[in-house]
Amino acid sequence: MASERKLARRENWILIRKRPGFIVGSVIALIWVACALFGPQIAPHNAFDDYAKPNLTPRSGHLFGTDGLGRDVFSRVIVGARNVLSIAPPAAILSIVLGTMVGLLMGYRRGLIDNIVSRIVEALLSLPTVLIALLAVTTLGKSNTVVISIVALLFTPIVARTVRSAVLGERDLDYVTSAKLRGESNFFIMFREILPNVSGPIVVELTVRIGYAIFTVATLSFLGAGPPPPTADWGAQVSENFSNLLGHLWWPTIFPALAIASLVIAVNLIADAVQSVLEA
Amino acid sequence: MTSTQTAVATAALVVDDLNVAYTVRGIPRAVLRGVSFQVAPGEAYGLVGESGCGKSTTAYAALRYLPRNGDIVSGRVLVHGDDITNMSSAALQHFRATQASMVYQDPGSALNPSLRVGRQVVESFQLLGQTKAQAKVSALAALKRVRIASPESVLDRYPFQLSGGMQQRVVIAMALACDPKLLVLDEPTTGLDATVEAEVLDLVRMLRRESDAAILMIAHNLGIIRSMCDRVGVMYAGKIVEEGRSTEVFDNPQHPYTVGLLRSLPRHGIRKTQRALATIPGLLPLIGTELPTCVFLDRCPIASDICRAEVPPMVPVGTDGSRFTLCHHPDRIGNIAEISAVVDIAMLAPVEGAADVLELTHVSKTFRQRGHDIPALVDVELSLAEGETLGIVGESGSGKSTLAKTMLGIETLDGGGTVSLDGRGLEAATVDRSADEKRSMQMVFQNPDSALNRSWSVRRILLRSVVKLTGVKGAAANTRVEQLAEHLRLTPRHLDLKPRQLSGGLKQRVAIARAFAGDPRIVVCDEPTSALDVSVQAAILNLLADLQAEQHTSYVFITHDMGVVRYLADRIAVMYLGRIQEVGGTDDVFNGPHHPYTEALLSAVPSVDGEPKVRIRLDGEIPSPANPPSGCVFHPRCPRAIPGVCEVSEPPLAEVSPGHSMRCHIPIDELRRLQSPVA
Repeated sequence: MASERKLARRENWILIRKRPGFIVGSVIALIWVACALFGPQIAPHNAFDDYAKPNLTPRSGHLFGTDGLGRDVFSRVIVGARNVLSIAPPAAILSIVLGTMVGLLMGYRRGLIDNIVSRIVEALLSLPTVLIALLAVTTLGKSNTVVISIVALLFTPIVARTVRSAVLGERDLDYVTSAKLRGESNFFIMFREILPNVSGPIVVELTVRIGYAIFTVATLSFLGAGPPPPTADWGAQVSENFSNLLGHLWWPTIFPALAIASLVIAVNLIADAVQSVLEA
Repeated sequence: MTSTQTAVATAALVVDDLNVAYTVRGIPRAVLRGVSFQVAPGEAYGLVGESGCGKSTTAYAALRYLPRNGDIVSGRVLVHGDDITNMSSAALQHFRATQASMVYQDPGSALNPSLRVGRQVVESFQLLGQTKAQAKVSALAALKRVRIASPESVLDRYPFQLSGGMQQRVVIAMALACDPKLLVLDEPTTGLDATVEAEVLDLVRMLRRESDAAILMIAHNLGIIRSMCDRVGVMYAGKIVEEGRSTEVFDNPQHPYTVGLLRSLPRHGIRKTQRALATIPGLLPLIGTELPTCVFLDRCPIASDICRAEVPPMVPVGTDGSRFTLCHHPDRIGNIAEISAVVDIAMLAPVEGAADVLELTHVSKTFRQRGHDIPALVDVELSLAEGETLGIVGESGSGKSTLAKTMLGIETLDGGGTVSLDGRGLEAATVDRSADEKRSMQMVFQNPDSALNRSWSVRRILLRSVVKLTGVKGAAANTRVEQLAEHLRLTPRHLDLKPRQLSGGLKQRVAIARAFAGDPRIVVCDEPTSALDVSVQAAILNLLADLQAEQHTSYVFITHDMGVVRYLADRIAVMYLGRIQEVGGTDDVFNGPHHPYTEALLSAVPSVDGEPKVRIRLDGEIPSPANPPSGCVFHPRCPRAIPGVCEVSEPPLAEVSPGHSMRCHIPIDELRRLQSPVA
């Protein structure tokens, strides 16, 4: 039984691996993961207190130049990967777990529960994500736990809606009726019978949510809700330096911004590949 | 040869040694392996065979309408002398617009749901170059031609406001717009109710008399082909293996495959107590399989060495040259053994005076929808004895499935009624019933794809039911699963597969195994064979009969197929608009005198054995259950209704002879007189 399921998974995995988007996306993403894991060891300079001459243009020795304090931008971009990657994926995973549970309940039970939760979901969806997150972080404190929880909570309704609609297509199938006829509990029907059949959309949703989470987390640090200086967080770096863009000091802003963009694009490439295989 | 050439010149459709391949995962796979046949103007030619044999591909190829991955590898298709295989796409478009038309299986999806019917019909005339004003006149005339009721108002309606039969009439009207020389009908009545099917077939018959279009008709129902087509081609694995006049082919088949196909049908009123149904062992070869000699070789009961070595010749049958079979041994057809009784038939006869396992008293079910009460079941009284099969028949919307769900507690019945098992009243909802009561009543569904969890293996599906229904756990449960699988002729290899890796018949076996996991007293079968091919259907019906003989299980068998219900059921209940109209022993119900509705159902079905002598046609549609007619609910459609009586009061379900009850105002002797063949 287990081997059979593995085989089906392996087939999908082979199909996904063949997609050029997936290859490009995962190469970029893996580079950033390596930076997150071994940043301080890889970086040519200390990212926090190795002061060279400030505002050096990109050159050998300082590939991305130095910032206003003389810190090596290349090293700070490498080290900064850890901040975003230790917050965004856990937040996305948490939102998937919560959203799946809520979505299963809504789709399977329908009726009053679905109606009430649907209205709450719609209310949450109408609020601007970043604004709420900013508000929460400023009132609850700037810890990683707070950022992860708040991003996860804000994404949960979206995930729940996706899962709900997938469950709606399953709940009236006869295998569910058959499970009821042999007296299965609602919990068993939702998590053991229906959940495996909606796993495709959930995996797709996960990859998409990781992309959005990276963007949201970077935006929060840009707005000052991230970790305090001398952090190398990408969003914080952009925010520290972007006022100098007008003085033609473009490199301390552009390189961390490109880092954010490349990671988001990489994750979206992976998401597209996963989606095209799982939802084909 | 000259006669063949003139035939080619005058034929409306010539398919000449057609080879078609579908490219799947980069490899072209043969689907049609040299199909040749001709259809003369005004002639109707039928193609029959099981799903996957290539009959639909042939139909699509005749209009060069193949899917993107389908290619004509070699061969020609001529329509009125024009070779369409090499036509440019512009010429092809003109050809399709003016020379040929197709009617599809599902009229609902052939019409655009968001455009009014009028606009769509008008459009098909504008395509022919008519001005809008002309086209409007033509559209109205076209709808009149297909005898649609109040054609002016139909033009203003949307497709969803029409019944299935009316939709198919509209589609046929559009197909006839260009006065086609070739009309392809692909399963035109599949999915329609028997009475509506009869109505559409009558229309096609009538239109045939008015036009000299050649008709190519695809149907899996052999009875329809027999009644509609002059000649028939029997297809197997991309080849026509037998061809001839349809009456001759069906009465005296000359190819082992045709013989197998016909013997697997429950025909001539045979019953499960008489003999098991014949089956065709094995499976249709996959598309693209190398079949160097005879395509039917692997499943043929009379294959010999020469069949393995040489391609079978086209052997003419009869003298007029209109019939052939593709077989080395047409002389041995008579030797194909009739199936011997594998069922212990004596075991199958229900025990006289057996106790009732299930009893329904005053069972009603009312759905509430937007503040309206919709009575789906009205005061149903039924009983089911041990080891008995109760067939339930009726058109869609008659309440058959609701009745099944209400018995099982999937739907909860209205207050005042009871469902009792072994004399003890059951709770209305499944969840409130005891484990033993759940074990006792299980269900087999119509569509095994929906009924089996596609992410579970067969082993897990069966194991879960064994554990849940019997309470056995661990190694003992695994042993029980293996026994169950063996009993249902599933091999251990099947246990580790997912449902999608199984054929339709095997999937349905798994679903039956699951229902039998806890030794049920009653199994409710909701159209368990309607999605299956006839030879697979035969195997499933045999299996159900075997299981019943061994375990004395009682069945509630819902179906719309009169042949199937006659074969399997001991008693039959006929439902209409949520009410039981007639209930009685199978012989009583089939031999009559019948309730007028039963009479109409029986005469609606074209049979492979030829036409029924008396044909009853029902007008109109099943009324909405939300707003049932006054008096007898059947009176607006009843050909025998008594004015002033039937619309006033509803007749009671009264016993007309021992064990045979009917809901009709007409006295039984009067019905007998009206229904006797002489009248």
